[in-house]
Amino acid sequence: MAEKQIYMDHNATTPIHPEVKKVMIEAMEVFGNPSSLHWFGQQAKARVEEARERIASFIGAQAEEVVFTGSGSEANNTVLSMLTCPSGQCLYNNRGRTNIITTAIEHPCVLETSKCIQDKGTNVTFLEVDRYGKIKIEQLKRALNDKVGLVSVMLANNEIGTIQDIKAIAKIVHKAGALLHTDAVQAIGKIPVDVKELEVDFLTLSGHKIYGPKGIGAIYVEKGSPFCPLIRGGHQERGRRAGTENTLGIIGLAKAVQMRDKEMVDESKKLLKLKQALRKGIEGKIDGLYFNGHPTDSIYSTLNVSFEGVEGEAILLYLDLEGIAVSTGSACASGSLDPSHVLIATGIPVERAHGSIRFSLGRENTLEDVKYVIEKLPKIIKRLRDMSTAYAGKK
Amino acid sequence: MDTQNKWVYSNKAKEHFINPKNILEDESVYQFDGKGTVGNIKCGDEMMVFIKVDRKKNIITDCKWKTYGCASAIASTSIMSEMVKGMPVDRAYRLSPKDITKELGGLPEHKIHCSVLGDKALRAAINDYYKRNGMLDKIEKEKARLVCQCMNVTDHEIEQAVLDGARTFYELQEKTKLGTVCGQCKDEAARLLDQFVKKHFDK
Repeated sequence: MAEKQIYMDHNATTPIHPEVKKVMIEAMEVFGNPSSLHWFGQQAKARVEEARERIASFIGAQAEEVVFTGSGSEANNTVLSMLTCPSGQCLYNNRGRTNIITTAIEHPCVLETSKCIQDKGTNVTFLEVDRYGKIKIEQLKRALNDKVGLVSVMLANNEIGTIQDIKAIAKIVHKAGALLHTDAVQAIGKIPVDVKELEVDFLTLSGHKIYGPKGIGAIYVEKGSPFCPLIRGGHQERGRRAGTENTLGIIGLAKAVQMRDKEMVDESKKLLKLKQALRKGIEGKIDGLYFNGHPTDSIYSTLNVSFEGVEGEAILLYLDLEGIAVSTGSACASGSLDPSHVLIATGIPVERAHGSIRFSLGRENTLEDVKYVIEKLPKIIKRLRDMSTAYAGKK
Repeated sequence: MDTQNKWVYSNKAKEHFINPKNILEDESVYQFDGKGTVGNIKCGDEMMVFIKVDRKKNIITDCKWKTYGCASAIASTSIMSEMVKGMPVDRAYRLSPKDITKELGGLPEHKIHCSVLGDKALRAAINDYYKRNGMLDKIEKEKARLVCQCMNVTDHEIEQAVLDGARTFYELQEKTKLGTVCGQCKDEAARLLDQFVKKHFDK
């Protein structure tokens, strides 16, 4: 382990907030099954319902509109799979609208689920994005018709931070008679999110991206929206998600949400300053670089940058040896051999995707951390460029 | 397991990544007898290998390299450049990715792809050396054989697909589209798939 450890990968996951930790340690005692009628069960049930209310109020929803899931991925899978449920028992009335529209830059849990239902015969449209990662509204309008039942567009992108105009998208989607889902995992707790203001029908959120525990997510389901569970076989969550409630995770998620409510605004100002300092510092010391994502409509804590002539996994691992934790859009770090589908969708050259690094800042980062990165990074880039076949003659 | 000091690749790979050996920073001042380049930055990695040869003894006396590549590419080429110094050219010619990854203490399966560039570039450099010295008879052309006539897929492409992660016939078809028209080559392709998986991934 390096002497210093600086975590700048908060879009991947976040450390547990100390207040969340405190509440969860105490809540470990709450072991009853919320479905049980005795005191133990009812005590657990009360805690779950209290948490549900807190989370609902944070996003401007009513308690019964919140369904807990095992993760953000499960939440997204649930929403995407509803429309094409083959079961005769399914209560989801799709009104003959079975087509889906989503975007090319969604999280893999949306993309893969969409491709899977596409393979089974559903018509799925993947909207393109512009160079900043914004969807093309005109293309959405053209893709909408009376066969489209669901549109799924993420609120903020995990790799480049670009924020979509969900409010405007909702108006267009509803006018065409379809429902709108937004994956808000990267936006919740960073920017204000109000489901009634956004006018979405479904929304996904997750615990571990907001200093809460892993293994807990939630779907907002607008009161009048049809619904079909992905996991069946229990009356929990009003029959919308079977399985004994993750009481501990739910209590942790509610506390995390409460802390975001308290800290979000001040923290956003601090992190924006840090991001600007990081950007300026890198720009001042390294040439041949490109920033990815939208210059203004972007999450204030995400900075995605491509370095000419060097490969991202090598940068990531040299940074790791200095104790700096980031992520990359390079194929070599993905386990597949394809570079970031998000960066490719923005139309940048493939080699720029291979050479990209994502810094995602969080509540514990300081200006000292940023200075440390600005001190270490140029040496690493120079070192890799010195050995690079793709940076000859530019020394 | 020492969870505090866990690093993504082996300790040997880490050593070579931290201190890569034999990098050639300035090509213009290095007198080499053979040079080979393989890969492409669009695919995420490119490799150049340079060798010096003692012609009388037919031995590689020096090996240098540079790369646009990931940590495994850097580590595996670094260790390869050490391995081939003092090695007879004929033997170096037969060096396989398996030999290199073994020396490196192993690599995760999906990183094997990144370690094959070094030995490929080395063979290209040796071929270049043979060419420069009129030893054309020594060059073993890596002739590709057409397996799927309809989609124009060679045995080399099947091997590459295996290195890129294909393990089942379905995955092989996903990557190469072979056998999707007349289907005559399916048995042959399945046999090759099996052969290449054994060649690269059997422990």
